[in-house]
Amino acid sequence: MYNQITKEDIKVLRDIVGVEHVLYGDAISADYAHDELGGIEKMPDVLVRVHTTEEISSIMKLAWERVIPVTVRGSGTGLVGSAVAVEGGILMETTGMNQILELDKDNLTVTVQPGVLLMELAAFAEQNDFLYPPDPGEKSATIGGNISTNAGGMRAVKYGVTRDYVRALTVVMPNGEILTLGGKVAKNSSGYSLKDLVIGSEGTLCIITEAVLKLVPLPKVSVSLLVPFPDMKSAIESVPQIMRSKVIPTAVEYMSRDTILFSESYLGKKFPDTKNDAYILLTFDGNTRFQVEEDMKIVAELCLSIGAIDAYIVDTEERKKSVWSARGAFLEAIKASTTEMDECDVVVPVNQIDEFIKFTHALSKEMNVRIPSFGHAGDGNLHIYICRDTLSQTKWEETLEKCFARMYDKAKELGGLVSGEHGIGYAKKEYLKDLYGETPIALMRGIKKVFDEKNILNPGKIMC
Amino acid sequence: MNILVCVKQVPGSTNVEVDPVTGVLKRDGIESKMNPYDLYAIETALSLVQTYGGKVDALTMGPPQAKSVIIEAICMGADGGAVLTDRKFAGADVLATAYTISQGIKRTGNYDIIFCGKQTTDGDTAQVGAEVAEFLGIPNVSNVLAIEKIEGEQIYLTASLDEKNVTMSVKMPCLISVDGDINSPRLPSYKRKQSVTDDMVKMVTFANFEDQNPEHYGLNGSATQVEKIFPPEKNTEKRVFSGTTQEQTEALFSLICDCKMI
Repeated sequence: MYNQITKEDIKVLRDIVGVEHVLYGDAISADYAHDELGGIEKMPDVLVRVHTTEEISSIMKLAWERVIPVTVRGSGTGLVGSAVAVEGGILMETTGMNQILELDKDNLTVTVQPGVLLMELAAFAEQNDFLYPPDPGEKSATIGGNISTNAGGMRAVKYGVTRDYVRALTVVMPNGEILTLGGKVAKNSSGYSLKDLVIGSEGTLCIITEAVLKLVPLPKVSVSLLVPFPDMKSAIESVPQIMRSKVIPTAVEYMSRDTILFSESYLGKKFPDTKNDAYILLTFDGNTRFQVEEDMKIVAELCLSIGAIDAYIVDTEERKKSVWSARGAFLEAIKASTTEMDECDVVVPVNQIDEFIKFTHALSKEMNVRIPSFGHAGDGNLHIYICRDTLSQTKWEETLEKCFARMYDKAKELGGLVSGEHGIGYAKKEYLKDLYGETPIALMRGIKKVFDEKNILNPGKIMC
Repeated sequence: MNILVCVKQVPGSTNVEVDPVTGVLKRDGIESKMNPYDLYAIETALSLVQTYGGKVDALTMGPPQAKSVIIEAICMGADGGAVLTDRKFAGADVLATAYTISQGIKRTGNYDIIFCGKQTTDGDTAQVGAEVAEFLGIPNVSNVLAIEKIEGEQIYLTASLDEKNVTMSVKMPCLISVDGDINSPRLPSYKRKQSVTDDMVKMVTFANFEDQNPEHYGLNGSATQVEKIFPPEKNTEKRVFSGTTQEQTEALFSLICDCKMI
């Protein structure tokens, strides 16, 4: 189906990007065979490090003509194999395109290249008294990757997800044509939103080479509350009630004592409180301390009235660091606590989180496997990890398959979806097909075909 | 056991600008917070009381609004506290500050242990604790990493001498300055915040002190005068290594060696 890369292709690639930016064979680090979670492994035939839109366009013209698969990769922090070149071919690394090109204070936008890291953009925005609201836990992810998965993060409760902050994209089509989708405009009723099709398409439709992102003024005050509950049930049950209070927190995260202890062990740092079984971590932001404290007070009183043991105030940089650094390390901490793991990133309606968590606890007992979880209680996006621990390979594969099938069935029953923010990639496409059914998948296949008739861009992803 | 923790209100951000003309910190619009190093001292005191019983008070010196750090200490678990506040205390250097605090301690109670943080984030002198102990005539240990146990009138602790740690016993009453990062300070409790009452924080002024000589306080009592305040130079230099992983690792290693970091 695809052509093998020849010496002549390598020569052309070297002419386009320079000899030092084309690696092949043993020169490619094994890290490029997998993403952060691992499990899906395939070495690319060639690794090309790109630096300009024009370079990408030239490479795609070659790939289109020669029918060579191309997979785009940022920092490789994905969890579903999206950035793994499962069909071999060219792996195109965009981390060298890491310039922040423009801050437009009139239109409240920032224009960036796709390799800018989320942490770099967040710091840049803050230095200029702005906030880039999307806040996924993985701060070393690239913006290109964030857009490609429509990453959400912790502030989604109040501010929404990456899609809500993308105003325009410069993209290279599979045949090398360069397009601009969207613009520095606040409204857009101009036909189909191609920009929105590209967001979350995991590099299957075209390659993002520049993005215009919306910023908001930096809130002057931000305070978190760490609310301990005697058990997970009462903690999770508090969330819909908090949402009903009409105070909109910036973030609402839930965490269990077990997960916090993994994090303590992983980071070598004590969490400020581990006496209780379950915690809800909320953040409030605004422009005045009075307003933020009033919001905080309403939620603290509500939580205390429904069984919270206390509400701890996280109001200084040191305190925020002690709490949020632990929260940021949960994924790595759970990973370090087991031999192998796989994850489920389902999203369910906020008022069904309790039901879903109870289900995973029951499933854990039934299948005799450890299933720690944490997640964005305020937006219904849960991160659930099935841990292999001491299971044999056969038993592990069998358990994993059964657990995933049961969890995605349950998500469907509760009105949820397969992925809240990590994407479908290679790992979850069977579950997407099961949940959506034939027609939506056929529509997606049709869209893919219109963009990429030769199926050279990130083949084997999203759709079975 | 009665424990006192000395705390200080400091600027809430490290990005405080210095007025280039007057050399004074631009505090307008900058929020305040408790000196982060003092949080470890409070946690140490509260943990000891949990084990051995007793009560914890907090003490600060500053303008009346410094009361908020005492309330914060109470929210963390302290039983009460006092603010030493008077215009006569203004402009104090470390010596006059330490003397004022020692007078305040004499006025506010008898304590078995006085805890201080390692230093403050605004002054960074790390001298006040030791000088307070000197004025009170009690033993002092700095850079304390752990409190091992209390037996009778002796407190056993481990302190850092930079390259070596020393375990020692000290007779109480004594003053102990704890190192940063020795524990994980508990968070202030909303429930406790709701129960704070006015009588839990005493406001103590010059008029309440035993030594009524104004020459011993504030600018008059200071042995040093600040000639100039200026922000330190910021180093934002970035160096990017390229090449293979091996080449990048070797380049980074050489740089670390050149900088004498290892």
